[in-house]
Amino acid sequence: MNTITGYLRQAGTALRFLFFATLVLGAAYPLAVFGVGQLIAPYQANGSIIKDSAGAPAASALIVQAAADDSGTQDPRWFHARPSAVTWDPASSSASNLGPNDPKLLDAVAANRAAVAKTENVPEAAVPADAVTASGSGLDPDISPAYARLQVPRVAAAQHLSADTVRSLVTRHTTGGLGAFLGQPSVNVTALNIDLAAAVPSE
Amino acid sequence: MTFNPASFAVQVAALLIILAAVHKPLGIYLARVFERTTSSRPERLFYRLAGVDVGTEQTWPVYLRSVLAFSAVSILAVFGLQRLQGVLPGSRSLPGVDPWVAMNTAISFVTNTNWQTYVPEATVGIFVQMTLLAVQNFLSAAVGIVVAVALIRGIARTRTQRLGNFWVDLARTSFRVLLPLTFVAALVMVLGGVVQNFWSTEVTNQATGVSQLIPGGPVASQEAIKILGTNGGGYFNANSAHPFENPNALISLFEVFLILLIPSALPYAYGRMVGDQKQGYTVAAVMGTLWLASTALTGWAVAAGQGTATAAAGGLGEGFEQRFGAAPSAIFAATTTLTSTGAVNVAHDSLPPLAGGVAMVNMMLGEVAPGGTGSGLYGLLILSIISVFIAGLMVGRTPEYLGKKIGPTEMKLAAMYILVTPTLVLALSGITVLLPDIMANAPATGAHQFSEVLYAFTSGANNNGSAFGGITTSGPYLSTMLGIGMLLGRFLPIVLVLALAGSLARQGKVPASAGTVPTHGPLFGSLLLGVTVIMTALSYFPALALGPLAEGLLK
Repeated sequence: MNTITGYLRQAGTALRFLFFATLVLGAAYPLAVFGVGQLIAPYQANGSIIKDSAGAPAASALIVQAAADDSGTQDPRWFHARPSAVTWDPASSSASNLGPNDPKLLDAVAANRAAVAKTENVPEAAVPADAVTASGSGLDPDISPAYARLQVPRVAAAQHLSADTVRSLVTRHTTGGLGAFLGQPSVNVTALNIDLAAAVPSE
Repeated sequence: MTFNPASFAVQVAALLIILAAVHKPLGIYLARVFERTTSSRPERLFYRLAGVDVGTEQTWPVYLRSVLAFSAVSILAVFGLQRLQGVLPGSRSLPGVDPWVAMNTAISFVTNTNWQTYVPEATVGIFVQMTLLAVQNFLSAAVGIVVAVALIRGIARTRTQRLGNFWVDLARTSFRVLLPLTFVAALVMVLGGVVQNFWSTEVTNQATGVSQLIPGGPVASQEAIKILGTNGGGYFNANSAHPFENPNALISLFEVFLILLIPSALPYAYGRMVGDQKQGYTVAAVMGTLWLASTALTGWAVAAGQGTATAAAGGLGEGFEQRFGAAPSAIFAATTTLTSTGAVNVAHDSLPPLAGGVAMVNMMLGEVAPGGTGSGLYGLLILSIISVFIAGLMVGRTPEYLGKKIGPTEMKLAAMYILVTPTLVLALSGITVLLPDIMANAPATGAHQFSEVLYAFTSGANNNGSAFGGITTSGPYLSTMLGIGMLLGRFLPIVLVLALAGSLARQGKVPASAGTVPTHGPLFGSLLLGVTVIMTALSYFPALALGPLAEGLLK
């Protein structure tokens, strides 16, 4: 009997503790981070949204943006992102979760390699690993500098720009410094394509 | 992606140096929090509102009853409110969560596991994330810490029944330790690019014609406690691989630091509270050695990059984020499984087989290097008691630990503690692989399919929460079995730890004699290290041989 009333009293305390702790930890705390965040870093806190030349929100600098049709083929006029297990849709996020010896992954890699080699008009051996593998989030905005360089001739031709112009855009969007040392040098395709659009002379 | 050994070494060294610098001040602060005898005005208000009787210290059964009552109420509240999501505000008109998924998620977050059988983007709105899941991130981490503190008091105190007051310990840990650290961490994350708002943003790229709905939410506030509280439940499905949770390699390193921060400071607090700093240093040294060895092994296995598909791709890439590459992914994968975190910045299912195997071994070690917040310390203290017992057998003396006799009662409790998790992992995995219908939820073939199941139950019963994501666990059978694994894997050890604390607190201190095995220094540290590794190997080697070892060594 004592144990039962003991448990009931404990449960009452537990419920009240949980309720008031939630007011602090589940409401006041996130709202405080929100308030200070909007004050000190509104750009980051709101998703690193980059605007186009007209000032309208065009993309998030952190999220992949791929100009692809319904079949998943990316538009040849723009730099291509890595394969994505969620077809580059930020409403979800996922890896393929296929094991390193999975025959399904082996098939996907082979198909991707053939497709990229054909698109870029290079031998299959020239295609780097990031171009044929799906990222961990499916929303990876970055590609390797090697994959970006591979795409320069195609993009330059399609946009009627000189290869040097496009190459200098790629260089400008290649990360360096501490971030590249801790991680690795990367090219942000989302930001690169927006700058590329700005560089194309309007008709 | 290539593995950069220089970058790997610099990051590992930086982590060790920074943690060596901060563990002492944080450890002193932690010890002061737990040894306080007075409360501040806001705390007194909180205790009055919550109906906490501050004055009474509890005996171990009452302390345990409070832990269990609080956790049961939390599970019911998190379950019930998820089911009611359809009528709750801030839920993006999402319906109530499926009952099996809601049950699994409630257990998962209350037990500090944060296994995610749900897909956050499609299942839960801001209300559930912010007021249920993130709050449990704080409280489940705090429960782990207070149980460790109760055990420390049991070791330190003599001839008493009293272990402290659970409610006071819980409030102090939440508000004085976790909240301030998390607030600062969340702001650093916002500065680094982690989102913190309450809306989505529509974007349209006029040139390419692409329109997207960029998600938002209180991500930074949840990410900070997810990492600092060794929880691991992501705001997004891709967890810390998602650019909004982990935008760059510097934030990734910061996240690894936060995971290790509290677990590596607790040994110092322990040494201080038992009045023998050498004890704390020995525990910390064992944790650090295991972390370093396992992280190096993971780095090696990732760099080796085994796998037929990996070879066909011309290197690592599948499941990796370009901005991180190999080194930060290896460090994160090792750290998240050596603690009870389970956040991931790379898809563990796609890791080279031996790296996935090391991740499993890390969890099987009992997550003691440095382990979950609190649970890592109490896990290693139990292993210390086992080590003292084994040393006692060698020299033919009754084992003592810090002046407390390790008699039959204490040994039974410690032995049961180390048997609980392996029994759960092996029994639940064993039953599951016999059910062909259930195995269809793991679509991989051969050894890798077994690895997916073994990983799931290892992760669940050790309250880790990372996954080989290929397996779908939202159905009734797997969500229930994993729920059982998480529940028993969390609370049976807590029952045993608190019983042990009570039994040690009752004793008087026996003075050390010539036959006392010292429980500090390199000799005892090595013994403890050996016991930890051998216990794991004896329990799990056959299962590992069928999964990651078969896949990694036979190719």
